[in-house]
Amino acid sequence: MSVGGSKLQSTIFEKSRPGRGGGKVPHAPHDALERIPAGARRAAPPALPEMNEPEVVRHYVNLSQLNYSIDNGFYPLGSCTMKWNPKLNEWAARLPGFAGLHPLAPDSTAQGTLQLLWELEEQLAEISGMRAVTLQPAAGAQGELTGILMIRAYHRSRGEPDRTEVLVPDSSHGTNPATATMAGFSTITIPSAPDGGVDLDAFRAALGPRTAAVMITNPSTLGLFEARIGELLEAVHAAGALAYMDGANLNAILGRFKPGEAGFDVMHFNVHKTFSTPHGGGGPGAGPVGVGDTLVPFLPAPRVLREADGTYRLERAGERPGSIGRMRSFVGNTGVLVRAYAYIRAHGGSGLREVSDDAVLAANYLKARLAGTYDIPYDRACKHEFVASAASIKKATGVRTLDIAKRLIDHGYHPPTIYFPLIVEEGMLIEPTETESVETLDAFAEALIAIAAEAYETPELVREAPHGAPVRRLDEATAARQPNLRWRPMAGAETPCPD
Amino acid sequence: MPYGPHTMADRARMLATVGIDSVDELFADIPVALRASRLDLPEPEPELVLAARLESLAARNRVDLASFLGAGVYRHYSPAAVDQILLRGEWYTAYTPYQPEISQGTLQSIYEYESLIAELVALDVVSASHYDGAAATAEAALMTCRSTRRERVLVSRAVHRQYRETLATYFLGGELELDEIPVVADGPDAGTTDLAALERLLAEADRPVAGVIAGQPNFFGLLEPMAEIGRLAHATGALFVAVVEPVSLAVLAPPGAYGADIAAGEGQPLGIAPQYGGPFLGILACTDGLVRQIPGRLVGMTADLDGKRAYVMTMRAREQDIRREKAASNICTNQALLALAASVYLACIGPHGLRDVAALGAARAAELEAALAAAGAPRLHPGPYLNEFVVRVPDAPAVHRRLLERGILAGLVLAEAEPGDPALADGLLVCATEVTTAEEIDRFAAALADALADAPAVEPGARTAATAGAVR
Repeated sequence: MSVGGSKLQSTIFEKSRPGRGGGKVPHAPHDALERIPAGARRAAPPALPEMNEPEVVRHYVNLSQLNYSIDNGFYPLGSCTMKWNPKLNEWAARLPGFAGLHPLAPDSTAQGTLQLLWELEEQLAEISGMRAVTLQPAAGAQGELTGILMIRAYHRSRGEPDRTEVLVPDSSHGTNPATATMAGFSTITIPSAPDGGVDLDAFRAALGPRTAAVMITNPSTLGLFEARIGELLEAVHAAGALAYMDGANLNAILGRFKPGEAGFDVMHFNVHKTFSTPHGGGGPGAGPVGVGDTLVPFLPAPRVLREADGTYRLERAGERPGSIGRMRSFVGNTGVLVRAYAYIRAHGGSGLREVSDDAVLAANYLKARLAGTYDIPYDRACKHEFVASAASIKKATGVRTLDIAKRLIDHGYHPPTIYFPLIVEEGMLIEPTETESVETLDAFAEALIAIAAEAYETPELVREAPHGAPVRRLDEATAARQPNLRWRPMAGAETPCPD
Repeated sequence: MPYGPHTMADRARMLATVGIDSVDELFADIPVALRASRLDLPEPEPELVLAARLESLAARNRVDLASFLGAGVYRHYSPAAVDQILLRGEWYTAYTPYQPEISQGTLQSIYEYESLIAELVALDVVSASHYDGAAATAEAALMTCRSTRRERVLVSRAVHRQYRETLATYFLGGELELDEIPVVADGPDAGTTDLAALERLLAEADRPVAGVIAGQPNFFGLLEPMAEIGRLAHATGALFVAVVEPVSLAVLAPPGAYGADIAAGEGQPLGIAPQYGGPFLGILACTDGLVRQIPGRLVGMTADLDGKRAYVMTMRAREQDIRREKAASNICTNQALLALAASVYLACIGPHGLRDVAALGAARAAELEAALAAAGAPRLHPGPYLNEFVVRVPDAPAVHRRLLERGILAGLVLAEAEPGDPALADGLLVCATEVTTAEEIDRFAAALADALADAPAVEPGARTAATAGAVR
């Protein structure tokens, strides 16, 4: 495993030596700051590290080699769609015309980017069956907040401010209820039906004049298509509420199901999942939001508009009074959106449909390979991901899903998502994506099967895994009880500095 | 499909293992009535064709201008090593470090980012980063409400308009109150937060204030009396939020030194390209006492089972995937790759280099001020500034357009950015940084002098009325 041989690094602060570095920018004239009143000036310079370029580069190259990444290997992290991040897209986002453009540049000097954004909005609208799309939200969670705030504005515009409840199934992402709270709603959690799908009767019972919205992930976080979605959407609308779709799992249904056509009123896209923009070790993302006719007036400002003469411009301040306003500064994470645009153009409609077909086929193949060794709690055709469970293994051997996940590290893989959704005992959510070869899928299945055998034969080997990673399991309790959140000269005294 | 591996034989083998004849069977659970219409998108493009398309789009943007535009996003030199590091797949194709044993690179880099920003702002707790400066400021405002259990926040009108608009949106949900503190209209303090007005707003007994927000430097580039604003806020039990620009902190007093409880700001100046608005880096920091209120990821140092130093995401009980509807925020992602960019930038440039960057900007800005004044565009405000300031230009929108034709981006037209404020109707907000050259300043001043010489004489009153109506 590539990260096994990597060396831990002391911090950049420990590597600093007074007087080292320099040569990047000219020296400022001595009197440059004379105009600044003494009271506004900094008394002592910040204690930033002093390093020369080779040390800086080696530090970060060596640190990088402690990471597992898509470029290293298979990353079947359920719900996260860790597909290949095309290299062309990295090149494109760095083109000086895109990267160097100031967000307040006059529209006449930004026509290339504005055209790209406008076309991307059109493409996402077509993919989702929605009327219009905003590219402004900075991430999926901010997209959710955008959508729910639009729903809030919609109900208020109709004189129904008392719609204060948002219904979410218990299998939802944590962002759904957290978003509802942030938007001023209370969350009603609806238990899932025994087959893993929405419990239609429970939803019907909870829907009423206080319901503002229902938030649904489809396919669900169990990787299952909500077959009763049509009836649910009818019930939601009959109650005067709106339907929000969490688009986290869009990678399963491209060209097969358009949420807007089916009756969803609003959805967000996670471009870092479906449209291949890199995850960046936890960000940046982008969370465009698509809406149907009812919510178009409430879209955040500014939108990108195309004029009759074929030029593009940003909406002007106050041009659309119904807008919920602004979610962030400027138009959005444009650098991320350039990558998503390149991905969509590379695939076209036929290619995107093939993406979902292959992602779903790969998940079903892997599920078939693992059935018999692991429990498959919902044994029907899955979409792009599926839940396996180590409940039987734990009962027989005491080895938990956490242990199996850690042991996968020794076998050279990133573990799947574990203990999510919360409703599955000892669950692991496995998402292979469409860009992994059948040889990779086979090797991964064989590793999981081998670990199951180890759980019976040498359980301590699994329980103490990982053995080959740069560090062993961590003391997370002390980290939380006595947090050390920043470097201080003596902070590392108790935990020895790596060589 | 351009990036897929499967041959026809692979697909056949997979279908056989699953026990089906066609992949269509795997979608049989989608009700027939709800199946999608055809995806009407352009044809797939081979990489060569697509690369040419992207180059041609990028070429339609004008990035060759002599630019004096800042207003929250600044041109700086980013050492070549920064992007070289960012291009390593081990950084940009990894996910959130949920498995710490194989994510020590990302985790240590975030810990170091938190430590570097803590040095800059002189506050001890720094989040692993937020979406951008505006969203970080909004989260800071919500923190003040949670922490004080009060529901009203005061924000200076000299804070970036887009930040104030973002605050207003984030406040919709909690039905929190947002009041704006006026700016001094004239005299030596013109353009800075009006302290007397702040005192009056704080004194409304039945409407206690949770937090007071002011920027340093403020939107107009002016230096604010931050210590005084903080004192007034604290005297009524409110918290003080400083909106800061990180490069300036090499030379300006840090938030921790003037009593701010929270610092928020845009990290873009730390080596990150303008990219038409993002991805950027939302800086959010607070005192130790507020650590349980700060939203977003935190990385801490700990040890592994062998006692070896290691890093882990910590205090996760604040976060949405654990706490769901009771979380401190719905934020899930951070801007890890941008936090890395800022860290590599700071490590490359060093403390002396960062001071030079800030001081060079101040020196260039002083040259710019002198050149523009000589060309007939004096400053609007008399107070001290670092590297950005407002000049008064008759019929500013038209002059701005004329300069654009000559390849000069003459800053921000305030009549468009701040419509409805007659005091700013003739204003251009301009900035200089270490990348601004003397030649660019000369070109700007010469073109401005030409434009002003050609302009028809207009009565100042008539001019203000005409430009106040122009809205971006």
